[in-house]
Amino acid sequence: MEDKLSQNKVLEEVTGSDYKYGFVSDIENDAAPVGLNEDTIRLISAKKEEPEWLLEFRLKAYRHWLKLEEPDWALIHHPPINYQDIIYYSAPKKKKELASLDEVDPELLDTFNKLGIPLEEQKVLAGVAVDAVIDSVSVKTTFKDTLSKHGIIFSSFSDAVKDHPNLVKKYLASVVPYTDNYFAALNSAVFSDGSFVYIPKGVRCPIELSTYFRINAANTGQFERTLIVADDDAYVSYLEGCTAPMRDENQLHAAIVEIVVMNNAEVKYSTVQNWYPGDKEGRGGIYNFVTKRAACKGVNSKVSWTQVETGSAITWKYPSCVLMGDNSVGEFYSVAVTNNHQQADTGTKMIHLGKNTKSTIISKGISAGKSNNSYRGLVRVSKKADGARNYSQCDSLLLGDKCGAHTFPYIQTANDSAIVEHEATTSKISDEQLFYCQQRGIETEKAIGLIVNGYAKEVLNKLPMEFAVEAQKLLAITLEGSVG
Amino acid sequence: MKSKNKIITPLEKELLKVAEAKVLSLEKKSGSDFEELHKALKVFKEKGLPDKNLEKWRNTDLFEWYQKPFSPVAEKEKFTKEVDDIFQCTVQGFDSNVVSILNGHYYSPERTTLQSFKNGLIIGSLAKAKTQYPQYFKKYYNKIAPVDTNEITAVNTLFAEDGVFIYVPDGVEVELPVQLIKLVNKRGLMLNTHNLIVLGKNSSFTFLHCDDSINHDDSFINTLTEVHLGENASLDLYKLQNINDETVLLNSSFFSMERNSRLKVNVLTFNGGSIRNELHVNLNGEGAEADLSGLYLMDKKQHIDNQVYVNHNAPHCNSNEVFKGILDEEASAVFNGYIFVERDAQKTNAFQRNNNILMTSTAKVNTMPFLEIYADDVQCSHGATVGQLDNEAMFYLMQRGIPFEDARMLLMFAFAAEITDDIKIETLKTNIDDMVKKRLRGELSICDRCVLHCTTPDKPIEFEIDLSKI
Repeated sequence: MEDKLSQNKVLEEVTGSDYKYGFVSDIENDAAPVGLNEDTIRLISAKKEEPEWLLEFRLKAYRHWLKLEEPDWALIHHPPINYQDIIYYSAPKKKKELASLDEVDPELLDTFNKLGIPLEEQKVLAGVAVDAVIDSVSVKTTFKDTLSKHGIIFSSFSDAVKDHPNLVKKYLASVVPYTDNYFAALNSAVFSDGSFVYIPKGVRCPIELSTYFRINAANTGQFERTLIVADDDAYVSYLEGCTAPMRDENQLHAAIVEIVVMNNAEVKYSTVQNWYPGDKEGRGGIYNFVTKRAACKGVNSKVSWTQVETGSAITWKYPSCVLMGDNSVGEFYSVAVTNNHQQADTGTKMIHLGKNTKSTIISKGISAGKSNNSYRGLVRVSKKADGARNYSQCDSLLLGDKCGAHTFPYIQTANDSAIVEHEATTSKISDEQLFYCQQRGIETEKAIGLIVNGYAKEVLNKLPMEFAVEAQKLLAITLEGSVG
Repeated sequence: MKSKNKIITPLEKELLKVAEAKVLSLEKKSGSDFEELHKALKVFKEKGLPDKNLEKWRNTDLFEWYQKPFSPVAEKEKFTKEVDDIFQCTVQGFDSNVVSILNGHYYSPERTTLQSFKNGLIIGSLAKAKTQYPQYFKKYYNKIAPVDTNEITAVNTLFAEDGVFIYVPDGVEVELPVQLIKLVNKRGLMLNTHNLIVLGKNSSFTFLHCDDSINHDDSFINTLTEVHLGENASLDLYKLQNINDETVLLNSSFFSMERNSRLKVNVLTFNGGSIRNELHVNLNGEGAEADLSGLYLMDKKQHIDNQVYVNHNAPHCNSNEVFKGILDEEASAVFNGYIFVERDAQKTNAFQRNNNILMTSTAKVNTMPFLEIYADDVQCSHGATVGQLDNEAMFYLMQRGIPFEDARMLLMFAFAAEITDDIKIETLKTNIDDMVKKRLRGELSICDRCVLHCTTPDKPIEFEIDLSKI
């Protein structure tokens, strides 16, 4: 009897979740068998009709990966990941087309409304068949025209391999080699797809690639790979992810982002990550292990990372800047919010190699519930980096007495003309601030949202305008129910 | 678990050989002592000596030192001459009760090996105290730093036979500071000593711990100090380190602090081949306060590593860390501060700061000020800077006619003064100030004499500066 009950429960859960996420599980059609071995990799490569050199690259990465051990230095805890229990390739999942918004999970709609996402876009994101699809297609083509007029290449990684093999070959793994770390090796072996951006010399990308991306529906594969190349004097602003909650089924995400910046070029990379964080008891949720790195190869080049991390059960992510060119500039602005049982170990690396290189780190951690939030950052000034300058500030805010906020900065200086500063504070929202808001009739929850937003303002201001507004609301939503 | 053999280097092999023989010879005797030894041997076999593959040691690589098979056994020398004859330590006007350790053994005439005073204060050799006061050992020895804490404690337990034992009973305020002078006069020794300091309720005590070299012989010193502070007890601890360039000094101090106790530590490092100071401060009782500061002035190829762990285990505790250093030539420095605030340790105030000045492009600094916080009602901050002397300040001084060298010296001295100003004993402070000045001028070489043996400063500290111009 009991068996039957639990069986029913499992069934219910399975069917329930199937509906909730709006996916159809037709993986049998076009999927690799469970597990990882060289055959899997050959299969992936064959399915994607990849050239020989890319398969070689994948296999080399895989063989290296076998030699590595999963890193354990981060302040995160999770049950061991069984890498043989994952399907490494399946055809892009098709979402079940819903007839109208009425069929969409009301919780999801609620969140959309709170974020203030336009109705049309809501439909796209939730997977509703939209009549206005033509509309978005036309928008897409307009963008495509604009981009190609400037000679900008912006396509999926697989397309880029086919259409621009030389460019991909030249820059692939030039910033993050497959030997870099455990998850980078894994990604290099099995990466599914991603984006490729090339901005030619002297071109200033007229639109924020984010706009395009959003309508294009974020192609968040399990093992994404992004490669952005900004040639001399180029400029691009790129936004990854989406403020809307991504109900993704995949447990493990290991992505790589590589950015190459040449002379006088500038790349602005913004991320809003709001993947499924697991439920209130810490069950489920995405494990997000990402390697992101930018190489400022040219003189006067500039890279700016801005990230708002609110989702994922585990975030393991250190967007880095290798400042090779003289006078190059690296910036890192981050807001990481953790609630319930979420764990975040995130920060940056600033490697100063060129002369007069400059870096700025502003990190704001907010922990609530039973979560743990760590900043881990490295600033290294090499011997030849004369006149290097770094300023780091990482603040932590604690909401509640069950959470943790940690700071692990590493500062390595080997140059006497470098100036490196690091500052950090940890505190909670003061009773005075809360009282001030409350006595003016603002509810506790709203007041906390207000204060948190003020605290994170420095970083949110760096986001492209339209996303800044949404990100602010997102903060409030993530912290919902954390007061008590 | 890797089954890699951890005993590889000549020093490790030598240590293992001696340790195994020692354990074997003691096999017949049983008792807790033997159990500890056995445990230590097991840990040592498993872990060996710390190498840079360990996260905590990645910036301090002693591998080169492990190539020398230092001998962990030293004969106890008969007391033939006063310490003053071997090594003179006279700080003018500085009155202290001097105890000394020579080659790892307590060095004194027989009658003063273990002194007990009228007020109940006990000062003396750890080896002797162990047999005479077993009750204290049962209660305090190896309690804060159990054998298997890390590689260093295991090695120390294996070989340490002596050290200093100090017991301050409840309510006793000891006015005369105790000064420990640790000396080595033979080459090729690895010296393990274990000190135990117990402060009873409402007591107060001042301790100077000096590590010196008599000559330029090489040695490997591994000191473990356990300090228990009872309720409302107060301890001022000064560590002075001025050893030769051929010496490795590992200095681990563990503190356990009860309610309302106060601890002040001042680590002053002037010279040494490779020095690693570990301070483990456990704030176990409400209202405890720890004030930790350090100054390091290194040059040549010297290396200094300060590891400062502060564990806030109880609410309402305060801790403050300030470590500053000036690095010249090819010197390298590591600072790793670790503030840990336990879940229920509310109302904690914890601050840490590390400032460094690099004088040359070959000097190196690694600084890691960490915070790990599990309580929400806390105020914690940390800061770290690496830089040079302020150009504007230099300009200010020079435009008023102060020569470059003097201006530079003045600014460095001012940088160090934040730490030295904190020394409460006036005569000691004057001497240290003078030493800092000499060190910065490159005049203080390691001595055939004590750190404190600078007699009176030749002249008051002055910078040949016409102050009326400023």
